Amino acid sequence: MRIHLSAPCSLWLAGAFIGALTLGAAAQQPAEPGPSATPAPAATPAAAPALPAGSPLIGRPGSEAAAKLAPVNGPPIATAADKLPVTKLKVPAGFNVEVYAAGMANARSLAQSDKGTVFVGSRLVDKVYAIVDKDGKRSVKIIASGLYRPNGVAFHDGTLFIAELSKIDKIDKIEDVIDNPPKPTTIYDNLPKDEAHGWKFIAVGPDNKLYVPVGQPGNNVLHDDAHGQIRRINLDGTGAEVVAYGVRNSVGFDWDPETKQMYFTDNGRDWMSEDVPQDELNRVTKVGEDFGAPYCYQGNISDPDFGWGHSCSDYTPPVGLMGPHVASLGMRFYTGNMFPKSYKDAIFVARHGSWNRTHKAGGDVAVVKLNKDGTVKSVEPFLTGFLEDNKYVGRPVDVMQMKDGSLLVSDDWNGAVYRVSYGKKVASK
Amino acid sequence: MHKIIAALALASIVFSASAQTIEERAAPCLACHGDNGQSQTENIPSLGGQQAAYALIQLFMFREKLRVFEPMNDMTKSFTDDDLHAFSDFIATLPKPAPPADAGDPARMARAAALVQQNHCNSCHQPDFSGGDNIPRIADQREDYLAKTMREYKDNSRHGYDDTMAEVLQPVTADQIDDLAYYISRVR
Repeated sequence: MRIHLSAPCSLWLAGAFIGALTLGAAAQQPAEPGPSATPAPAATPAAAPALPAGSPLIGRPGSEAAAKLAPVNGPPIATAADKLPVTKLKVPAGFNVEVYAAGMANARSLAQSDKGTVFVGSRLVDKVYAIVDKDGKRSVKIIASGLYRPNGVAFHDGTLFIAELSKIDKIDKIEDVIDNPPKPTTIYDNLPKDEAHGWKFIAVGPDNKLYVPVGQPGNNVLHDDAHGQIRRINLDGTGAEVVAYGVRNSVGFDWDPETKQMYFTDNGRDWMSEDVPQDELNRVTKVGEDFGAPYCYQGNISDPDFGWGHSCSDYTPPVGLMGPHVASLGMRFYTGNMFPKSYKDAIFVARHGSWNRTHKAGGDVAVVKLNKDGTVKSVEPFLTGFLEDNKYVGRPVDVMQMKDGSLLVSDDWNGAVYRVSYGKKVASK
Repeated sequence: MHKIIAALALASIVFSASAQTIEERAAPCLACHGDNGQSQTENIPSLGGQQAAYALIQLFMFREKLRVFEPMNDMTKSFTDDDLHAFSDFIATLPKPAPPADAGDPARMARAAALVQQNHCNSCHQPDFSGGDNIPRIADQREDYLAKTMREYKDNSRHGYDDTMAEVLQPVTADQIDDLAYYISRVR
């Protein structure tokens, strides 16, 4: 890019947003009054007005250790394929992990078409990607741009569904148009527009309805009727109905292949403490169950702000606890035949990893094994190595089973998807 | 020996073909953002001492039009990923903006200091407001730019990289935003 070196600022700004910028005489910052005679006693703040009810800052401690904790976001540019941390990743004996595809900045949720194309959403950028396998050659395409936080993707009967921050879109017959896809059409937008917990995971259930979560609009909020829930809608966007209440922020769900009951992960609140509450793994046994947020977390902790006047026994407790602040996101039941029998019908859960904790936790894929009655038998790390010296080298977001029984894992830190297989290493087809 | 000389000669040709140094390439940036990255222009931020990771994110968002401001969208539209890194690394090497001459009205500074504590600005942005990684340096930033930015995050006309600023500004009033900008631009 060749740039004329001597151009003044006004030339760069000319023609753009003149209304928003006052140029010319007013462009210089007004001269401040001379040095104040009395220096400001900045160390003695006056009393601040109380935070309004529902403020996202209620309960946030002011201690020095807490002040060190801030949300962690990965870079906006994908890591080159040969720089991915794949050699640092660890799986149990007999399993292999390899790079499946790279170069997809902020790769998030995963969905697969009947023809094997893998769709990948994003949250911090505006794109939906497709990993296309054609004649044994794998390539990444951008199939949609200019979307707002298109985190969620689902594929059903030829149609790709995309969840933006406050609307659900679709592209019909996506495989037929994948080389030149049209702009997605919106099927449902009766959704809040909040930034906080506004991005969405979506999936089509065994009832052929699309499940759409609406998180609480903040860390710990006494939310209204439009938030803190999971809804389901018909595939044309009609017939919205709330399936689960008291949901703080679910970014992953799937259905038990035997009982068809829905399981969902839910992120516990921040700033209560380093070690509680833990993220929840919940099971929906009937439509309209309430899972407690913001009154009760992890089934047995009454919220210090909102719990008064409520009892944890009024709400459905989780079937499993996933760890404190670990950010349990995408989860899927494993129904394949590639992995050993002990993994059959187990749940893989991507734990994105904590920020609201001094010693980071999560940053792995866990395997949750269930008892016959659908309760949790064990939660064990499965794919680890994303966390090194309390820093992330990658962050898993979603998991997805391939037709051959291998497991894909997305990593939004590096913009990549990995493939976990079992047994003698065979390249995926 | 001949090979080395030939390689050096070739290298010098290649270099002279794209000879502009990052300082030369950044000259137009500083036409608006000020000598040494200290802005003298209303609503245009100072860049000096900015966190490289934050600057990279903003340049990326300008290129992708995820953050809309036409001069910056134009300026970055042909940038490669390597360009984005080169400019953000360069921005981080610019000297920190000079602190303002006036220390501010003590009563207003005290009132705003309480707001800073209440809203935990000094948590992610650090007690000295120097930021870290994705979190921008806001110390010694222009008051008008700070206030404008907070207003835009609050009404979501400027989209953050993530949702943090949109969330934390929800309960903050317009008057409080003015006080916070007044304080953060002057505190030292």
